[in-house]
Amino acid sequence: MSVLLEVKDLKKYFPIKKGSFFSKHIDYVKAVEDVSFILNKGETLGIVGESGCGKSTTGRCILKLIEPTDGEVKFEGRNLSVLSKNEMRSVRKDMQFIFQDPYASLNPRLTVGETIMEPMKNFNIGDKESRQKRVEELLDVVGLSPYHATRYPHEFSGGQRQRVGIARALSANPKLVVCDEPVSALDVSIQAQTINLLKDLQQKYDLTMIFIAHDLSVVKHISDRVAVMYLGSIVEISDYKDLYAQPLHPYTQALLSSIPKPNPKAIKDRIILEGDIPSPTNPPSGCKFHTRCRYVTEICKTTKPELRKINDGHEVACHHVTD
Amino acid sequence: MKKKNLAEGNNEVTGLWANVFKRLKKSKTSMFGLLIVIILLFTAVFAPLMAPHDPIVGQLALRHNEPSMEYIMGTDSQGRDVFSRILYGARISVEIGIISVGIALILGTAMGVVSGYYGGKVDTIVMRFVDIMLAFPTILLALAIVTILGPSLTNAMIAVGIVNIPRFARIVRSSVLSVKENEYIEAAISIGCTDFEIITRHILPNCLAPILVQSTLTIGTAILEAAGLSFLGLGAQPPISEWGSMLADARGYMRQAPWSVMYPGVAIMITVLGFNLLGDGLRDALDPRLKE
Repeated sequence: MSVLLEVKDLKKYFPIKKGSFFSKHIDYVKAVEDVSFILNKGETLGIVGESGCGKSTTGRCILKLIEPTDGEVKFEGRNLSVLSKNEMRSVRKDMQFIFQDPYASLNPRLTVGETIMEPMKNFNIGDKESRQKRVEELLDVVGLSPYHATRYPHEFSGGQRQRVGIARALSANPKLVVCDEPVSALDVSIQAQTINLLKDLQQKYDLTMIFIAHDLSVVKHISDRVAVMYLGSIVEISDYKDLYAQPLHPYTQALLSSIPKPNPKAIKDRIILEGDIPSPTNPPSGCKFHTRCRYVTEICKTTKPELRKINDGHEVACHHVTD
Repeated sequence: MKKKNLAEGNNEVTGLWANVFKRLKKSKTSMFGLLIVIILLFTAVFAPLMAPHDPIVGQLALRHNEPSMEYIMGTDSQGRDVFSRILYGARISVEIGIISVGIALILGTAMGVVSGYYGGKVDTIVMRFVDIMLAFPTILLALAIVTILGPSLTNAMIAVGIVNIPRFARIVRSSVLSVKENEYIEAAISIGCTDFEIITRHILPNCLAPILVQSTLTIGTAILEAAGLSFLGLGAQPPISEWGSMLADARGYMRQAPWSVMYPGVAIMITVLGFNLLGDGLRDALDPRLKE
């Protein structure tokens, strides 16, 4: 398997500013800190974590929708962080983004057909006729009808709009698609449909995907590998089977125990996390999770645990996990 | 079946603006405003056909005639028919409204978009410049500009246009700022749009509502300001029949011929009222919170 995307020590700090003309940086929100992972071609990586842990920021930094503070993103061996705005534009053809909010991610003044056609226009794919044909084909693929092309977004439901967003992302035939919580704004019944659609499309077009979600059961369904994030860093990354069968990091264990179980008589062994997620402006020393961890010891408070390989394809950042 | 659906689809495409008009129709005052504006436009286009007399050449023997069947608004100090002059004046007023608002709209929108979209230092510089312009009383600033350019109708239009730039710059900037935060702008970046495409295809069409309202309201004030400049002798030069300069001409004979002062004044007032009512109605009709 060849590597499509390599992320190394990705950092994003948002400055907290005061004043407009002679602005002063007071402090930083450390949204993403030292995130590294490798994504193989055709693979789906799920990224999970609480809200505010930097999942979406990571996704956006990879596509340079926001400029990362530091770190390297290599797409097909090309370092994206050194590319200029214009050079980046040509790379965007191969990497697309599916947004969280289907109501905000479509321009209300463009018809659905125009929206889906836009990437093809921008990247000079095909002529007018073939684009029109592809729009109809894409509408069909995502489960809408060709006549929907002349309609405006406000005439669609949330689930349908999200399908339009998916069609737009696929329109330029990308290699990598980053899905930023594509189903969290949808009804549960529509969620399943949309996820199945994404899964089908991935197989059909041989897509590599990063699937961001805060719902572990959703991620389980679609991912080959799963990364768990806490306060801007990856705490555990593993094969999805391994992760669900044998979670190693205490945070992952707590997350997994919070998945509701359909059997009411099943023994409930929920791990309740105490306290709130600490402020990313001033993260805890050592292991960031130590303020809420059940197994906390002295070393956790002082030394930052690195991501260690436990076995093939299973990495975890915890002092207490032994090989 | 498919054909029918297509037709339905096309029907709904126009729905966005048809809806606005439907809501506009509900308000009687804004329909009254629209009526005035339509009458004004009609008069402007067909003035030569409607005017019973020559607006420029009068007969001195007939000066200061009272309103009669022949001269329904009387005659002025040069013996010209006031009614015909008012009809021709509508032309000039429409011209002033469109050209000066056009100047303000284009320059103001450009400034607003640049400062709203790029932000940072550019924003600060452009907006402080706009603040400086706003610190001058409009008519004073217009006076200064006309004095520099020289008194003429064209220069008055330019001056009124420049004076109204700040309004557009501010309104456009604020709507650009709010539209820019939408996810579809981020989507536009990720599908490879250039800054220019993002501004023209994604941002400006979504700022249309406030720009439209502001344009309508500004046409009213522009006509008023231009009439003011003409009244002071800095705009339309005699014998052009402009409402403001008609007022200035007739001012000295207010006692002998009140009609020659009254009717141009009423014409200005009704026109400005019409644009203001229409603008207010549009603002209500375009308010997204009112969508059913």
